Amino acid sequence: MGTEARRKERLDRGVKVRTEKLYAVSGWQEITYLVLPRLALILGLLILPLVMPSMYWQKVLCSMGVFALLAIAFDFLAHYVGLVCLGGALFTGVGAYISGLLSSSTGLSPALTIPIATLGGGLICTLLLLPCLPLRGVYFAIVTIIYPLAIVRILTALNIWGGTEGISALATFPNIWVEVYLILGMVLIVLFALRRLVNEDYGLVLRGIKDNDQAVRASGINVTFYKAQAVFITAAIGCFCGAYLSCLYGWCGLSLFALDFSILPIAATVMGGLGTLVGPLLGACILTPLSEVLRAIGTWRIVIYCVVLLSFIVFKPEGLMNWIQRKYHQFEHWEKI
Amino acid sequence: MEVFIYGLARGSTLALMAVGFSFAYGVSRLPNFAHGAFYILAGFATWVFAQSLGLNYVLSIAISLVLLAAIGAAMYRFILIRVRGMEVSEIIASYALGVAILEALRCKFVGTGFSTPVFIEGTIKVAGVPIDLQRVVIIAGGVVVIGLIWAFTHYTRLGLSLRGIAQDERAALMLGIDSDRAATIALAIGSALAALAAVIILPVGSITVNEGYDVLISALAVCIIGGLGSWTGTILAAFILGFAGTLTATYIGTMWESVVVVAAIILVLLLKPSGLFGRQKEFEERV
Amino acid sequence: MSISEEVVLQARNVSKTFGGVKAVNEVSFDLHGGEIMGIIGPNGSGKTTLINLVTGFVKPDSGKVFFKGKELTGLPPHRIADLGVTRTFQVMRPYASLPAYKNLIVPLCSPRVKRSSGGKLGDRDIVCIDLLEEVGFERDAYVPYKIASSLPLGYLKRLELARCLALRPEVVICDEVFSGLSMAEIATMIPVIERLQMEGMTIIMIEHRLRELFRLADKVMVLNFGEKIAEGVAEEVMENEAVREAYMGKEEK
Repeated sequence: MGTEARRKERLDRGVKVRTEKLYAVSGWQEITYLVLPRLALILGLLILPLVMPSMYWQKVLCSMGVFALLAIAFDFLAHYVGLVCLGGALFTGVGAYISGLLSSSTGLSPALTIPIATLGGGLICTLLLLPCLPLRGVYFAIVTIIYPLAIVRILTALNIWGGTEGISALATFPNIWVEVYLILGMVLIVLFALRRLVNEDYGLVLRGIKDNDQAVRASGINVTFYKAQAVFITAAIGCFCGAYLSCLYGWCGLSLFALDFSILPIAATVMGGLGTLVGPLLGACILTPLSEVLRAIGTWRIVIYCVVLLSFIVFKPEGLMNWIQRKYHQFEHWEKI
Repeated sequence: MEVFIYGLARGSTLALMAVGFSFAYGVSRLPNFAHGAFYILAGFATWVFAQSLGLNYVLSIAISLVLLAAIGAAMYRFILIRVRGMEVSEIIASYALGVAILEALRCKFVGTGFSTPVFIEGTIKVAGVPIDLQRVVIIAGGVVVIGLIWAFTHYTRLGLSLRGIAQDERAALMLGIDSDRAATIALAIGSALAALAAVIILPVGSITVNEGYDVLISALAVCIIGGLGSWTGTILAAFILGFAGTLTATYIGTMWESVVVVAAIILVLLLKPSGLFGRQKEFEERV
Repeated sequence: MSISEEVVLQARNVSKTFGGVKAVNEVSFDLHGGEIMGIIGPNGSGKTTLINLVTGFVKPDSGKVFFKGKELTGLPPHRIADLGVTRTFQVMRPYASLPAYKNLIVPLCSPRVKRSSGGKLGDRDIVCIDLLEEVGFERDAYVPYKIASSLPLGYLKRLELARCLALRPEVVICDEVFSGLSMAEIATMIPVIERLQMEGMTIIMIEHRLRELFRLADKVMVLNFGEKIAEGVAEEVMENEAVREAYMGKEEK
């Protein structure tokens, strides 16, 4: 290449400009341009379970959905509200235990335990995290690291709720199709709902809080209340995942507070691109099968997530999705200076 | 009396664990979530040098300290410097590095029985309470480390410039203090302090990976309670938490200790979020 | 331009100490409806701290602040803003990732606006553009659609003011809205503020640009080392010996 001075010039594709502000889309080209990526995503996710070769891979798809949900929730909270949650396992654990305890004590079916765990767990987690919400900075990250680790210690020490054994023989889903489509449907709903939310007025307020919370306060808005709502949304999604997993395995235990549920979603988010919401899904689609393939090497896979995460932060901070979007919307060429 | 002496020992332990994190955060405003990992890494490094390679014990300790300082500096130079100012990435990066180190160690050193020898064998009786000499070393080590840091930040040029950055980064920049250099040094010192804490404390127990997470929790708890970035606060909070922990363990039961820690954090955040001894920062930190 | 008899904002012996330094010491003032009060003083004399105390961003050690007879001390900032006392910030940090006009959606989401508009605000984007026009953005230009972080200083100051006005407040506190602006820019800002007064708003202005301030202000309060050293009509205040000393230093003889 030499030291010849040149720079990359990026231009929006004509079709992007045409479809951006214009609501009366005319030609098939424009419609395809807009609809194709969304359609590919939706259909792709819905068809995927059908083409899976075995039950085993369908189960992998289930855990992929779980991690995708967790990653999307992490992305929402980190990029749009500015709260970095390093302990997503808190949410899965709380959700799983609520649904597990309900199921083992009252024998309710998953159709009831999961919604109860989602809302109740979201509420409990929000209350647990409430003390650090009026504060700015690293407090939220610190407290979220501490909770899952501390709860595991406490449950082990007190030996309640099955102690280290966990609670087993819980009600499970009727068949694999319910399992797969429940989680994938949820991924799609959450993805599009959050996408919508962050561009609504409500989302603008959250982004305002991230950029400058003082100004939001001076505008007469209760920042802590808004943050609590955002945390509730994230926590409820996480609790849904936990409850879902407990119903999937028919078991809930301390490993639902494990580090995987905190780290993999973060890795998936950073890999896919912070702030894109679709990116985390893409990241989860890549990392989960990868970790299944690597199951044989045990704990090393957490190391691998972390290394992937670090290298993306250092070398490709924009993430995959931003890169793909750029390629889709713009063409670029080198220009001599 | 027993409670007092054990509380003192535990307080020094906590202070040693937390002081590195607090120091690095105070200067660079970077939370080093790899702190617990560095602590355990230093323990294993010392063990490898002393047991596997058969080096002199003192020499292995010295090498570990230097090694960890280098790792801390490298972490800033190669990773954190690229994400400086992006709060989300800063937090994620150091935490990911910490987890990577800890989990890699978990795979490498399987099983238990890794421990480093104590500095001085035997026990002595203080006011009728038997206490092993290593715990006395911990208390003494705590005092010495704190004294050294105090002297370093008050009497040396470098220390004073670090303190300047900690107080007002922009003003310090204008006076020609290189903030990147200062942050590198701060993280190097912070990591070396983690290593120092490890080599002093670890002979009492055995080196396990889970200890790394515990140390991180303890350090973070101490720093929140004492006020993030406040060095005196860190030390005082360490002793408060140390005594509280010992009291709970003696009178209520060991298993309640982590409950006490979590409760203490929540209580402090609710009542006095800048920490018990934090400086006036209401406007900055409280939204 | 009529100043009502009613005292709208009242501070009584407000004090705040930061690490042994008395940032604000026993300051009191009365502000009548529709009045513009200027607060002046050398750097570090406690002007901004006083504002922080009034708007609840910092809690006073002692003293009380009242708004229309209701005590503000101890209320959180968003409650105070909700009552109708809003402020601009000296250091402007707009919501950087949003276009300028979208910045104003945030205050429009506040309970105060929702109450006053009865939930029927119409097209929010148009309301935002109208607000920006009110503080001197050109209506048809590209500027309101630019990303806020790329706006020049003059527009940032206006945006900051517009953010306050979106709440339709009763008291506006401007922290150095003129500083850093060119004479031409200030000349276009002055009518904006005059119009606000005409609409019946009560305004406090912290300012270093004395000449422009004196054109606007009905009365001026001078702070030095956290203490109020003078208050009154601009010309009288500047004759005051203590004020001259604070600004120019002791005259050498």
